[in-house]
Amino acid sequence: MTYKNPPTTPRKSATFDDYTMSEIRRAAATGIYDIRGGGAKRKVPHFDDLLFLGASISRYPLEGYRERCDTSVVLGARHAKKPIELKIPITIAGMSFGSLSGPAKEALGRGATLAGTSTTTGDGGMTEEERGHSQTLVYQYLPSRYGMNPRDLRRADAIEIVVGQGAKPGGGGMLLGQKISDRVAEMRTLPKGIDQRSACRHPDWTGPDDLEIKILELREITDWEKPIYIKIGGARPYYDTALAVKAGADVVVLDGMQGGTAATQEVFIEHVGQPTLACIRPAVQALQDLGMHRKVQLIVSGGIRNGADVAKALALGADAVSIGTAALVALGDNDPHWEEEYNKLGTTAGAYDDWHEGKDPAGITTQDPELMKRVDPIAAGRRLANYLKVMTLETQTIARACGKNHVHNLEPEDLCALTLEAAAMAGVPLAGTSWIPGKNGL
Amino acid sequence: MPTVDLAKSTLRELNHALHNIKDGSNETAWEVVNPKGSHSVAVGVDAPVKVDVHGSVGYYCGGMNSEATITVHGSVGPGVGENMMSGAIFVKGDASQYAGATGRGGLLVIEGNASSRCGISMKGINIVVHGNIGHMSAFMAQSGNLVVLGDAGDALGDSIYEARLFVRGKVKSLGADCIEKEMRPEHIELLAGLLEKAGVTGVKPEEFTRYGSARTLYNFNIDNADAY
Repeated sequence: MTYKNPPTTPRKSATFDDYTMSEIRRAAATGIYDIRGGGAKRKVPHFDDLLFLGASISRYPLEGYRERCDTSVVLGARHAKKPIELKIPITIAGMSFGSLSGPAKEALGRGATLAGTSTTTGDGGMTEEERGHSQTLVYQYLPSRYGMNPRDLRRADAIEIVVGQGAKPGGGGMLLGQKISDRVAEMRTLPKGIDQRSACRHPDWTGPDDLEIKILELREITDWEKPIYIKIGGARPYYDTALAVKAGADVVVLDGMQGGTAATQEVFIEHVGQPTLACIRPAVQALQDLGMHRKVQLIVSGGIRNGADVAKALALGADAVSIGTAALVALGDNDPHWEEEYNKLGTTAGAYDDWHEGKDPAGITTQDPELMKRVDPIAAGRRLANYLKVMTLETQTIARACGKNHVHNLEPEDLCALTLEAAAMAGVPLAGTSWIPGKNGL
Repeated sequence: MPTVDLAKSTLRELNHALHNIKDGSNETAWEVVNPKGSHSVAVGVDAPVKVDVHGSVGYYCGGMNSEATITVHGSVGPGVGENMMSGAIFVKGDASQYAGATGRGGLLVIEGNASSRCGISMKGINIVVHGNIGHMSAFMAQSGNLVVLGDAGDALGDSIYEARLFVRGKVKSLGADCIEKEMRPEHIELLAGLLEKAGVTGVKPEEFTRYGSARTLYNFNIDNADAY
């Protein structure tokens, strides 16, 4: 019997995996960093690492479908003459006209209105489609000030000063030339077809003391009617929340690293900022330390997908959540229906993230007149409303199971964590123990 | 002529009154006294009225102004006329940072000097500064005209888009993608009109140099990376 030398199984490097090597080849060939849309794709500790305990002998549940579990939320009562009242604690996050098509923006407005919640403009100004179809519209005030004008400021229901976003805390926006159509160019006062850069810092204020004066100006322009939100990326949530409150915010919007963007560098999305789960407790702590929890509302975004996520965010101390990526999926983003076209673009449904290229088969992240016809604003709006209502029902289901007659009565004591990391980040005990890592010096 | 004394009235009362001027009102000329550095004086006015502010003001005077002619008989803090839409603002003294930031229309005249970031991200406004301007002025300036009778500081027009810059004195340095450009007849005519509107006399348009975008950063190129 003769023995050949037995071959070893080819082994790929865990460090230099297929994706990493393809990215090195891509960078070498093109000379440009990878730009994409969406939020962090890497696995990070998230709401899935938490569980609700449910009612037991020590606390009893509410009867499903019979005993009321309220979901309403009031935002902005701290200073504004006209606070916002929403039926559900789930809002639609800021997404720009420019990055999204007009019909997609209209669908967001229609869906939010049907579900009794608000939608939000983005880095491109307010369009008639979304104002006309949004009962409650939050107007973003961004560093670029594209499309900013006092008329729209006054016909908004609230103003959101954007300091940062979870996908890229410390970064500005980017809209590549392919998406700068005539209409987008006009709204942004820029030449058609150029790569549009949005500044990362506001042009006329720096720091919390200036911000306080800026807020005063916006309140004076709008006669103190509108709630003023401050949106921050998940960088230093304790201090950023505290400073936002100090500057006079009515509402703090906190966006973790899973929060999406229209386009930025892959390296930015995956390597800057903290997971949403890690941001909530420090922000709530800041509000509590200042005696402002529930007086200044906290809206959490970044990776919210279902009612369980909503309930967990509320239990950790948020007043509401906001969705962006999930709302786009409800409209039809990354739908397998378009698989052949995704394949032609070198990708697959579920992985498509080149939103900046304007070739979206689903017609959502595009300015192509033919592609955008694929979004029926009425049908897509209906889908979004259905999804929002399902999430609300799911949240109520959990809240009732925990014996709460308002979703805001959910609390950290209703939760436990499956992993040490999640227990430490969320400040709740590791399942089966009373141990909260980091608490009491342990 | 309504007079608002900010030693006796609140800022909120002043702005509220200015926002509620009805069409056809005879109250077309307003006086504001004792501003004492107040922020947000006469912001968001949306009527063709005259507002004379006697004294110096803080941040954002005349912010988002539409149609009104506001004259500050003193100096102004940061962000005078920020995002103004139309109308005019005249500052008899000096201006701090970000004068005319993101302004979309109208005329802003600073009779003294303006500090850094004058005309930052301007989007259609006309700004005329009798004196000098500070560093990083007209950063990412998209549209409109910035006229400087004196000198400009470092990095003028960095990352500029389509705004036109006219400087009569020296420019300490130009920012990324900002270059000197030819003064053609249409620019001479444009500049003459702006100088006249700003009340500048004894100065000829031919004494200015025009600066604008080289447009090399309009679409990303890795070989320009050191300019970003």
